[in-house]
Amino acid sequence: MRVLFLMIKENTNGNRTAKWLMIGPPLLFLLIFFVVPSLIMIVTSLRYPGEFGGLAPIITPAGKVSDGYGLTLEAYQFLLSNSLYAEIFLKSFGVAAVTTLICLIMSYPLALLITRSEKRFRNLMVLLVVLPLASNFLVRIYAWMIILGPESPLSHLINTILSVLGVAPLTLLFSPFAVLVGMVYVHLPFMVLPLYTNLEKHDPVLLDAAQDLGATSWQRFWKVTWPLSLPGVFAGSALVFIPVLGMFAIPEMLGGTGDILIGNLIKDQFLGTRDWPFGSALSIILTLAVLSIAGLTAWFTRQSGGMKYAE
Amino acid sequence: MALLEIRNVTRCFGDFTAVNNVNITIETGEFFTLLGPSGCGKTTLLRMIAGFDLPDSGQILLDGINILGIPPEKRPIHTVFQSYALFPHMTVAGNIAFPLKMAGKMPDEIKSRVKESLENVRLTNFADRFPHELSGGQKQRVAFARGLINHPRLLLLDEPLGALDAKLREEMQIELVNLQQEAGVTFVFVTHAQNEALALSHRIAVMNHGNVEQIDQPSKIYSFPRNRFVASFIGKTNMMDVQVLEATSSHLKLIVAGLGEITTPSKEGVQVGDSGTMIIRPEQVQIQPYSKEAEVKDHFRGIVHDYLYVGDVTTYIVELVNGIRIEALLPNSTPGRVKFFEVGDSVLITWRHDASTFLND
Repeated sequence: MRVLFLMIKENTNGNRTAKWLMIGPPLLFLLIFFVVPSLIMIVTSLRYPGEFGGLAPIITPAGKVSDGYGLTLEAYQFLLSNSLYAEIFLKSFGVAAVTTLICLIMSYPLALLITRSEKRFRNLMVLLVVLPLASNFLVRIYAWMIILGPESPLSHLINTILSVLGVAPLTLLFSPFAVLVGMVYVHLPFMVLPLYTNLEKHDPVLLDAAQDLGATSWQRFWKVTWPLSLPGVFAGSALVFIPVLGMFAIPEMLGGTGDILIGNLIKDQFLGTRDWPFGSALSIILTLAVLSIAGLTAWFTRQSGGMKYAE
Repeated sequence: MALLEIRNVTRCFGDFTAVNNVNITIETGEFFTLLGPSGCGKTTLLRMIAGFDLPDSGQILLDGINILGIPPEKRPIHTVFQSYALFPHMTVAGNIAFPLKMAGKMPDEIKSRVKESLENVRLTNFADRFPHELSGGQKQRVAFARGLINHPRLLLLDEPLGALDAKLREEMQIELVNLQQEAGVTFVFVTHAQNEALALSHRIAVMNHGNVEQIDQPSKIYSFPRNRFVASFIGKTNMMDVQVLEATSSHLKLIVAGLGEITTPSKEGVQVGDSGTMIIRPEQVQIQPYSKEAEVKDHFRGIVHDYLYVGDVTTYIVELVNGIRIEALLPNSTPGRVKFFEVGDSVLITWRHDASTFLND
């Protein structure tokens, strides 16, 4: 949206009709599929749930007491009054943060490797990174259910080793570990790609210069490569952190009963408990959290000079 | 003892010999230039001195010690790169401080030395700017300051003025010479611009196809080129195919087909019957209007074929009776006058014997 407005500003001398023709369709799309639904959600979160799911009417029907009709902050009050929800929020943030960190640690060397490979191999390697996205998301998660399942060779191997060491056997599936594995696996490409795009732009002569001026390989990484890659690190982190925060399918399929995240909670409010106002309130809080993270990321990127030397 | 000694260094890339058995000795405090066309091996040689590349054979000694086993970051040699290679995420002060930080200097010392360095390159007010906020000349000065701040034994400069426009380049040349004198650091300068090499260097090594063709002071390189390549690469030159008619200890008598006899200074190892080239620089050629009386020995008749006015001088192209074209340079000492001769004028040209040189084939 901001980009669109900037475009309008920059072209004040241009043809107005052409401008609106250009930005009109995306603007309309965002209006219908983002702004309007968000407003609906906000209003929903301020209403009372209906007796059998859905919503209670705003206007009190004739012959009823006004209690339970109209607008209310009850959903938000309920959310704040119960520390369980704060815990689930915190846990979701924790999972998102750990997933992001693992993705970053796993992706950085890979992105560096691709960058420093011969040019003709680079596209192939990027293709290999993206390839899993070509198969269905659920199919891939089911595959992990098999890999981590109690009868899988992996489980057998691990439990054999554990029994030799005298440790009780482990269940890999339906655990926080399985959730983390799934999260990392699904989101890895979204970290590798922005990192690679960033690292690939670095001028290799900068590393020569650093080495020439006395920097060891360790110093060359931390003083040159790393700070220059921060815009890529932030972009990749946002692309992993934000979807993980709202993810419900992976915890549901790979996690145990205790591994519930905000995504699952919201889904339950709409499909299970049928408390639409509370589900809406939860998703509005989540949206606000995501927006503030996106804002912080943009701010950090600018602070680290990403905008300045991106040219 | 020599500061840097390059001994029999050879470097091949597949079938291509980039540097072929090169021997160069550089003394402390020198401004030494590697000059040659692109692909002549000068940059490969520079990279080997810096440590980014290793010779296939030969040695490189710094202060008498073989440095081939030492990685670039441990060599007391810094480089100013052609593209400057300033760190875009560091300020001017941060860039200049970088070598000191890597060397583990104390913050107080770094601060005072960076301040001093900024003053030297007149960038004190730009200390907190980022490289992309600087002009080309300012970036260049930051690169020099960064290369010099930790007092390297040797500063390598890889075509550092290549990206600047002509006017700025001339200013930077003067600045570069001053910086070198103040810092007292030995410079090895790589360029393909012969005028830059002549203006800046104490000594020049002219390179071609991986070989060193001649190492000498600029005036010697210009006036007494050792072969046709050096003669034609450095400055403009007239060449004539000649044969040796007489070789004595004082002079050589040469015959030019269709023109006659000419005399050049003697040269060792030249024998009667040798064929070769006689070279004479355009500014050494004197030109005067033709007259029967003036047409004496060593004066050759010709017709002005064309002329080229470039402001300070006008170059006349004179076609001699045997069809050879000779360039003669005449300073424009009369204001407002473009030429002294018209196209088609009959003229006489001549030159001092000691200004010409004979080169064996």
